[in-house]
Amino acid sequence: MADKPEDRNDVGTTGHEWDGIEELNNPLPRWWVWVFYATIIWGLWYTVAYPAWPMISGATEGYMGWSTRANVAAAIEEAEVANAEINERLASVELGEITSDAELQGYARSAGEAVFNTWCVQCHGREGGGFVGYPTLSDDDWLWGGSMEDIHLTISHGIRNEEDPDARYSEMPAFGRDELLGPDEIDQAVNYVMSLSGEPQDASKVEAGSAVYADNCAACHGAAGEGDIFQGAPNLADAIWLYGGDYAALTESVNNARFGVMPGWSNRLSEAEIRAVAAYVHQLGGGE
Amino acid sequence: MAILDKHTVLEKNVTLLAIFAFLVVTIGGIVQIAPLFWLENTIEEVEGMRPYTPLELAGRDIYIREGCYVCHSQMIRPMRDEVERYGHYSLAAESKYDHPFQWGSKRTGPDLARVGGRYSDAWHVDHLRDPQSVVPESVMPKYGYLEDRLLAGEYIEDLLKTHRFVGVPYTDEMIENAQADFRVQSNPDEDFDGLIERYGDTVQVRNFDGAPGISEADALIAYLQMLGTLVDFSTFTPVASR
Repeated sequence: MADKPEDRNDVGTTGHEWDGIEELNNPLPRWWVWVFYATIIWGLWYTVAYPAWPMISGATEGYMGWSTRANVAAAIEEAEVANAEINERLASVELGEITSDAELQGYARSAGEAVFNTWCVQCHGREGGGFVGYPTLSDDDWLWGGSMEDIHLTISHGIRNEEDPDARYSEMPAFGRDELLGPDEIDQAVNYVMSLSGEPQDASKVEAGSAVYADNCAACHGAAGEGDIFQGAPNLADAIWLYGGDYAALTESVNNARFGVMPGWSNRLSEAEIRAVAAYVHQLGGGE
Repeated sequence: MAILDKHTVLEKNVTLLAIFAFLVVTIGGIVQIAPLFWLENTIEEVEGMRPYTPLELAGRDIYIREGCYVCHSQMIRPMRDEVERYGHYSLAAESKYDHPFQWGSKRTGPDLARVGGRYSDAWHVDHLRDPQSVVPESVMPKYGYLEDRLLAGEYIEDLLKTHRFVGVPYTDEMIENAQADFRVQSNPDEDFDGLIERYGDTVQVRNFDGAPGISEADALIAYLQMLGTLVDFSTFTPVASR
């Protein structure tokens, strides 16, 4: 520590004086002065060690070779190397093997859950609970199939995803908007469809609706409303509804058709990640 | 020491102190700011970048008007956790046509720098209308009224001209056709070849909100759906030393 304040005769004053109060000109504490010098030296070292000084076309790189981009690349590389072996196996085995191999399945379920909660949960909900318009993944009612192969294909390419020619695609006609059916016929058909799953319906229209259904709907949704996973045509008889099963929602579906889009993920996720999340979805409850 | 004693001259004259302090700060400022205009890593050329289409630019204005930047950043930092959650870290060039940039400084909601293509248009409509209908824990306000407010685009030319004034390379042709380009992007039934020709094939032409007319929701979703989609990272690898 610096010496105690000296007598004014030893150090003099700064020359400030106000109402007889004067400021002694004591030297700065020695420790403070040395810390100050040390920070200057540290600052100079810092500009040599790290990228700092601007030159003609770039900055000095610094002898420690620090680089934000290189650091993040190294961190990602490190994580990839740590999982490389099992990811490679996951990406190369037969899809069916993932669910039968305990080690692979355990890994895929944890890794897949992380992927799901990052990329899928916003539409399909926590643990695949689904929302109106976004299918539930935890039941065994599948629009496009619930086998590992089907789920894998759906995740990779998406549904009605115009950026990928391999995406699943089908389009229901807008029977009302495009005037393929009159309002009466639609009314009848809707009542018939509601009768399939036992929704409360106007029984007097069911018989006429059955004929409308057979001519216009059965080709995709099946004679008994059982649906067709090859064209993503929903099962209409199981009382599970994507857009709602009341009269208003069904009339809207027949009038204007629905056109649910899912993005493809092969350009954002690695093959191992896609397989992991497929395995996760598969084990949510309804995997076939 | 004699030279240190001279410092007392500065310390005892406030005008002189102000002048020299200003000089020091000026030099510091020049050293920090001026090199950014010629250093290569701040002006990295990246393939795929194009100016916003008129509809996207209008959507961007709505994004700014509604203060989306207050809760959403558009800056994926170069860290592993961010890259795994949001995609490739943001490049300086990806916001070079942003005036002002939308990097933001706070994430109440997620980063949106690469939100383009991540969700379907219908999801965006549902989510703007009632965010909690798809993300129950969300605290985002509802923006359903954007669907009801139709845009005529009467000032869209001026908007493009203003952006050209601050450095966005809009061509005369783009400005002449701003009105037409604005109208066709959310209306795939019309002829949109000119739009694609002027802005490239990364332009997405769809009826974004699924309803007739060009609503503010159309413009905003068009903007959101192109965010972060311009640079193809399957063919472009940033130089690691930068």
